[in-house]
Amino acid sequence: MSVQFVVPGSKSVSRPPSVAAYLVDRTFFFIAALGALIIIALVAYILWEIGGQALPAIRTSGAKFLINTGWDAQRGNFGILPQIWGTLYSSLLALAIGGFIGITIAIFLTQDFLPPRIAVIFRTLIEMLAAIPSVVFGLWGIFVVIPFVRPGANWLFEHAGFIPFFGSSLSGPGLLPAVIVLSIMILPTVAAISQDAIGLVPYKIKEAAYGMGATRWEAILKVIVPTASGGIFSALVLGFGRALGETMALAMLIGNSNQISLSLFSPANTLAALLASNFPEAAQPERQALMYAALVLLAITLVVNVFGTLILIWTSQKVAKA
Amino acid sequence: MSKVSQYQDGGISRARSFAPDLRHNAFEARAMANVLLTAGAWFVAALGAVPLVSVIYMLVVKGGARLNTELFTELPPAGFEMGGGIGNAIQGTLVTVGIASAISIPIALLAAIYLAEFRPNSNIAVAARFLSKVLTGFPSILAGVFVYAAVVLLMGTYSALAGGVALAVLMLPTVTLTAEGAMRMVPQRMKDAAIGMGCTKTQVVWSVTLPTALPSIVTGVILAVARVAGESAPLLFTALFSNYWLRSVKEPTASLSILIYNFSSMPFENQIELAWAASLVLVLIVLTFNILSRFIGRPQV
Repeated sequence: MSVQFVVPGSKSVSRPPSVAAYLVDRTFFFIAALGALIIIALVAYILWEIGGQALPAIRTSGAKFLINTGWDAQRGNFGILPQIWGTLYSSLLALAIGGFIGITIAIFLTQDFLPPRIAVIFRTLIEMLAAIPSVVFGLWGIFVVIPFVRPGANWLFEHAGFIPFFGSSLSGPGLLPAVIVLSIMILPTVAAISQDAIGLVPYKIKEAAYGMGATRWEAILKVIVPTASGGIFSALVLGFGRALGETMALAMLIGNSNQISLSLFSPANTLAALLASNFPEAAQPERQALMYAALVLLAITLVVNVFGTLILIWTSQKVAKA
Repeated sequence: MSKVSQYQDGGISRARSFAPDLRHNAFEARAMANVLLTAGAWFVAALGAVPLVSVIYMLVVKGGARLNTELFTELPPAGFEMGGGIGNAIQGTLVTVGIASAISIPIALLAAIYLAEFRPNSNIAVAARFLSKVLTGFPSILAGVFVYAAVVLLMGTYSALAGGVALAVLMLPTVTLTAEGAMRMVPQRMKDAAIGMGCTKTQVVWSVTLPTALPSIVTGVILAVARVAGESAPLLFTALFSNYWLRSVKEPTASLSILIYNFSSMPFENQIELAWAASLVLVLIVLTFNILSRFIGRPQV
C-alpha cells in the first residue's frame, strides 16, 4: 500500500510503521476510546440507577413530593419543600457573601494592589482554603463559628426580632453558622475562576482606561469587570452549584430541622444534609423517598452546572475571538 | 454610553479654557471614592484570610495536643473510655483512596489520551469532555447514593471496596480533564516530528506525549487524590464506619473524615479531642499532597 522510500538495508531512521505497530495502534485506539465511553456510560448509569431506585417513590408521591412539608418515616409521608427551600436559601445567602468576597479578592490579586511575590503567597493561601476538607470546616464551625456568632445573633433577636430575618434565637446549630461556613467554602472557587476571567482581559483595555484619566477603581468597575463579566458570572454560577451540593459542613451545622423560615437563626435542612443524616438508618419506603430527593438534588445541580459550564465555554470563546 | 459622552463634554469645556487641569485633586469625589474602595478591598481580602488562619490555629492547638504515637496505633475509644487513637481510620482512608486511584487513574488516562490525541473533535470526545466538566461539579453525596444503589445493594454489605468506588467516581472526571490539558500542552511540533519519522499515533503517545506531559499529569493526579482523601459524604453509606482494624476490602471500614463527623457530635471531651487530632492528620495529609504537586508540577517544557 504505502510507497517504500527506504531502500532495504539502508540505515535511515524513518520508515513506515510495521504491520505489528499498526495493529497495536488500532487496538490501543479502541482501548482509549473505551476510556472515553466509560465516562459517558457512567453518567448514564448514575442517572439510570438513582432514577430506577427512586421510581417507586415517584409513582406513589408524584409531584406532591416536591410541595409537601412533612418527613414522617412511620406513616410513609414524605415531602421535601423545606429541604428545597433550605438548599436554595442557604446557597443564595452563601453566594452573596462568598461571591462578594471572592470577586473582591480576585480583583485585589490581579490589579496590582500587592507586590507580585506577596500576591502569589496570598493566592496560595486562598487555594489552601479550598484544600481543607468539608468535615474539618464543619468541626471548626461547631466549635468556633457558633460560639462566635451566638451572642450577636441573640442580641439581634431580642432587639430587632420583629424583622423576619432575626425572628428566632440561635440556640446552637442554625442557618447563619451554616451560611458563614458555606460562603468560606465557595469563596476559593469564585476567586479562582474570576481571577482567570479577569486575567483574560487584554492589558491594552486597562491602559486605554487609564489613558482617559480613569482612576484605578473607575478602570476596574467600569472597564475590567464589565469586560470579564461573563467569566465572573460563570464563577458565581459554579460557586452556587458547589454550595447546592455541599453536604458535610451543612449536615453538621444547619440543625437538620424540616421547617421553612426566613429567620437566619433558626435551624433548617438541605437536600444533601437530609441524605447524609437520614440515609444510613433509613428502611425501605424512606430509602426510596431519599432516592427521589437525591434525584431532585441531581436535577438542580445538573441544571446549574451545565448552565455555568456553557457560559464559561461561550465567554472564553468570545474573549479568544476578540 | 452616557459616561463616555460626559467625558467628551468635559474635554471640550476644558479645551475652551485653553489649560486642561491635569492635577490630582485628593478631595475630588472620584479620588475619594478610589481611596475608600481600596481600603475596602484591603479589608475584604484580610477578612477572606481570617478563616484559614483560625482553622489552622485551632488544628494546631486542639489537634496538636493529642499528636502522639498512641494516636496512630490505637483503635478509637468507646463512650466513656479515655485515650485511644485513630489508627484504623488512617488505615481506612489510605485503603479507600488507594482503591479509588487504582480504578480511576487508568480509565482517566485512557480517556484523556483519546480526548487529547486520537479524536479531539469527535462526538464521543466532545460528549465525554462536557460530561466530565459537569461531573466535576457533581455533589459528592450523590456519588455515595449512586454507589449505594450500584455496589452496596449488589454486594449486600457496606465495604471499603464500595467506598473506593464512590471516591473513584469523583476522581475520574478531575484526572481526565487535567491529564487532557497536560497532553495538549505538549508542543505539536514534537508530535509532528515523531509522526514524520513513521511513528503510529500510539507510539507518539507512549514515547513523546506521555513522557513530556508526565509532571503535569502527576500534579493533576496528586491534587485529585488530595481532594478525595478529605471527602466524607460519599463514604457515609458506602464504607460506613468500623471500630476495628480493616482485614478485608469486603468489610466496612473507618476513615478519618467519617471519624471526625461521628465524633464531632459526641458529648465526650475525649472524642472531641480525637476529632481535632484526626482533623489535623487529615489536613496534613491533604496539604502534603498539595505541596508535593506544586514541586512536581513545575513546568518543564
